[in-house]
Amino acid sequence: MRDFSYARAGSRAEALDLGQADDAAFLAGGTELINWMRIGINAPARVIDLARVEGLDAVEEIEGGVRIGALARLNDVAQNPLIAEGYPVLSHAILRAASAQIRNLATIGGNPVQRVRCPYFRANEGAPCNKREPGSGCAALNGIHDRHAIFGWTEDCVAVHPADPPVALAALDAVIVTDHPEGGRLIPVREFHVLPSQNPAWHDVLRAGELIVGIELPAPAPRSAYLKIRERESYEYATVSAAAALEMDGGVIRRARVALGSVAMRPWRLVAAEARLAGLAPDAPEVADAIDASFAEARPLSGTEWKVRLARNAARRVIELAAEA
Amino acid sequence: MAIGDIITRVDAPTKTTGQAIYANDVNLRGQLYAAFVGATVPSGRIVSIDPAAALAIPGVVRVLTEADMPRPAPSFADLYVPPLATRHIPLQGLEIAHEGEPVAMVLAETLEAAEAGARAVDVVYDAAAFTDPALAEPVDPDPGRGDYSFLDIAEFEKGDAAAAIAAAPVRIARTYTQPSRHSNPMEPCAVIAEWSGGRVTIHDTIQHVAALQGVITGVFGLEMDQVHVRSIHCGGGFGPKGFIWPHQILVPMAARVVGRPVKLALTRAEMYALVGMQPHMVQEVELGADENGRLLGISHIASNETGVTEDYIEFSTVPSRTYYACDAIYNRQYIRRGNVTLPTYQRSPAEGPGSWALGSAMDELARELDMDPLDLRLANYADVEPSSGEPWSSKMLREAYEMGAERFGWRNRPAGGTRDGHWRLGYGMADSSQGTQRYGSSARVRLRADGTAVVESSFSDIGTGSATVMRQIAADILGLDESAVSSREGDSVLPEAGPTWASATVISTGTAVHRAATEVRGRLARLAGWPADAVGVENGALTHEGEARPIRDILAEAGVSEVSGDGTFTPNGGEFSDAGPEGFPSRVFGVIFVEVAVDPELGLLRLRRATGVYSAGRIINPRTARSQMTGGIIWGWGMAAMEQSRLDPVLGRWLSKDLAGVAIPTNADIPELDVAFVDEFDERSGPLGAKGIGELGATGVAAAVANAVYDAIGLRVRELPITPEKILAG
Repeated sequence: MRDFSYARAGSRAEALDLGQADDAAFLAGGTELINWMRIGINAPARVIDLARVEGLDAVEEIEGGVRIGALARLNDVAQNPLIAEGYPVLSHAILRAASAQIRNLATIGGNPVQRVRCPYFRANEGAPCNKREPGSGCAALNGIHDRHAIFGWTEDCVAVHPADPPVALAALDAVIVTDHPEGGRLIPVREFHVLPSQNPAWHDVLRAGELIVGIELPAPAPRSAYLKIRERESYEYATVSAAAALEMDGGVIRRARVALGSVAMRPWRLVAAEARLAGLAPDAPEVADAIDASFAEARPLSGTEWKVRLARNAARRVIELAAEA
Repeated sequence: MAIGDIITRVDAPTKTTGQAIYANDVNLRGQLYAAFVGATVPSGRIVSIDPAAALAIPGVVRVLTEADMPRPAPSFADLYVPPLATRHIPLQGLEIAHEGEPVAMVLAETLEAAEAGARAVDVVYDAAAFTDPALAEPVDPDPGRGDYSFLDIAEFEKGDAAAAIAAAPVRIARTYTQPSRHSNPMEPCAVIAEWSGGRVTIHDTIQHVAALQGVITGVFGLEMDQVHVRSIHCGGGFGPKGFIWPHQILVPMAARVVGRPVKLALTRAEMYALVGMQPHMVQEVELGADENGRLLGISHIASNETGVTEDYIEFSTVPSRTYYACDAIYNRQYIRRGNVTLPTYQRSPAEGPGSWALGSAMDELARELDMDPLDLRLANYADVEPSSGEPWSSKMLREAYEMGAERFGWRNRPAGGTRDGHWRLGYGMADSSQGTQRYGSSARVRLRADGTAVVESSFSDIGTGSATVMRQIAADILGLDESAVSSREGDSVLPEAGPTWASATVISTGTAVHRAATEVRGRLARLAGWPADAVGVENGALTHEGEARPIRDILAEAGVSEVSGDGTFTPNGGEFSDAGPEGFPSRVFGVIFVEVAVDPELGLLRLRRATGVYSAGRIINPRTARSQMTGGIIWGWGMAAMEQSRLDPVLGRWLSKDLAGVAIPTNADIPELDVAFVDEFDERSGPLGAKGIGELGATGVAAAVANAVYDAIGLRVRELPITPEKILAG
């Protein structure tokens, strides 16, 4: 592990200021950055601890929605009544993420920044991986990739983004709020992660020194649900996950927003399906056909054909769950 | 404290409060930290090693390569493999046998410097084509490649199985596979070695203290009294801490080269490269039966992966010649060589893989016969040991079947496929059974004038409760309270105990402790002037014909500070080990019933409940025994539902070398487990009436689960683990 300097920012302004140094990394919950440094994924010269930065951990109502401070701990977000009652999909997604201990440390702003869990990317000794060493190739493409992408991959990278909360946030049309000395941005969660066709080496659109300060949710979505599929019941990344937020007219869907996780490098909204779901009962047989509309663009790898079937089934099931919420 | 009492583990407070000193917690003055540079190619030769960048890092003291390391003494050639896991020691040559094999060792003043140094060493390889053993041709094991061949038989024949199966009215022939599995004990392997005046002291975390002591004498040409081994706490064994692996030799070698203590803890990733795993296996099972389900022929042919240096054999055909009555049995073991670390005995060896294949095949046969799988077992109940025809030392499996079926409600279970929302329920069962191994062991019990006693033996408590049970045995014989008996274990200065593996500790070392304590009681009787065979003990007093004298009074009157007794357990014929009492084959038996829920649309498989009932001799401590069985069932659930280590087909490295990429069960996966033992005393096993249980619980579970999945959704999975993609394919 490379030696690094450590600084504790006392305020948001100081954090931004310190973050402009070359090769600096922000430390929030520390559940990911430390892994990267141990494995050798990165070796920042300067670590800026955000633990003492105040005013960035509130969950509060804003006009038309809710704003979550970036430093709010995952468990605090999930258990906040505004979230648990107004956005069950997000609450569920968080509570199914990681372990209780990690959720007590990890922050909602840090969570989307975690990197892929592709075993080649995470290899201690460094396997060919364009995200690890741009230009080195993609070992997963010719190796073992049955947990990899079915949408939006290229031969340069077939990894999926593993986080749960962003899938819920994508279904909710949430926005990531950032700050930077040259000006902050409002980044839709759906556009936060970078597809390999855009840049296989990148994970997200954050610039050097850009700090996530909050996440804004639009109007509550009480009829929403999150489904996470995995081999074991706890503490594992999703094989496939699905988030749905429904608006209902009696027994019929007026508006549906559905996102899948662990199928692409970003949460994957089923846009074509959403249009066809309007006007259907959540348990209508036509729901399956509506969902299929979004799988026309599915392009499984040799190892991920089974995930197409699973993702379809998961989407159908999560719509049922959301309708029951 | 008596045999049969429920006693909480004596090491629990120490461990749960963080006070236990594990090998990696030991620090010695002047110690250097070691870090390995692992080969990044799975096969080939080292061309060059440039340590300059590593040596430039502050704190890095040495970079050792094969050019720096001493060669083993001539006596190395006399060591058996096992207990030496492999004769192929890294840093002794330039050839690479598998990915991750150490090619250099960096020694530094701090762990951080050592790790940074290891990353900085520049190694050039001449990579060669590697062989994936899963794809290699099965061949006969070569008895010249290590000594694993001698641990059981590679071929067994009773009657003409092929003809019997061909002539049978009902036949099945199926192939079952399972992946490589790494056991990952919570505490990784760690060792620290220090030389002083030609003697070496080694702190390690191992399942057999004497094995390390013996191997080190062989490697360095020393006498036993020049090698001191300590393994006071061991944070889980499961197999890879059983035999002696190269890092345990390289650390004392390095310490000798630099003249300073050297300390090494394997990283989690190195646990995939430097110690063995349960091998990938392919098993072909053919069964022939009559219309009533009686087995007419069994054929079981297995092949397992092994390394390129020695032929390790996973004797998974054992169940086919020991579980069921049958007159025609054929077993054959093959190996498939490739560029992987040598596999090893891992919970549960032989019968773990074997019971998966045979337990699945029996279920398929029961379906073919339209018979209840439990009735099929009863129709083939082995009243004598099938391969030899000799009577069992003891067996109460019928009682276990009955008790298990009753507790689980097997006979009135809901129909397979019963719905619970999106879930389909399924019910399955299989036999659990493991062979007996016993090892020569000795122990000393010292009773002091203050009425306390100490048990001394070099056994290793790997977290299973051995120390608790040994104290319990001594306390029972001496009539003492729990608090009055302590123990010293895990140190080679103590009387030599056999290994903590193969469920052998209680029957081997426990018997030695029993005899030592009985010897003490006899001496006490003589001091009291009473006949040794007519005394009893009660509440710290010796009793004889209604008279009672406090132990401390007897010692005080005799003017002695303590009474000491030695006890030994010697296997048949004075050998290092045996498989139970002569002429009476010994096994432990049981049955596992499971209820699973399957969501076929989402590929999910979950355990709803399980009942395991066992015929395993006398139970010394019901609490530690139950923990062994529940641990085994959970281990079996992991084998059934999720665990696998996969070798990348291009890079020849394990896909995931950590616990993030290899799923094992969490608490949330495990419901309440129902465990019970038949009340049994095996008179032939020795004075304790006990048998071994450590490996038993994990056997049969994977088959029971696969059978339950079939019951739930009609999908027969013959390739472990039963992961979502396999369920979705059904």
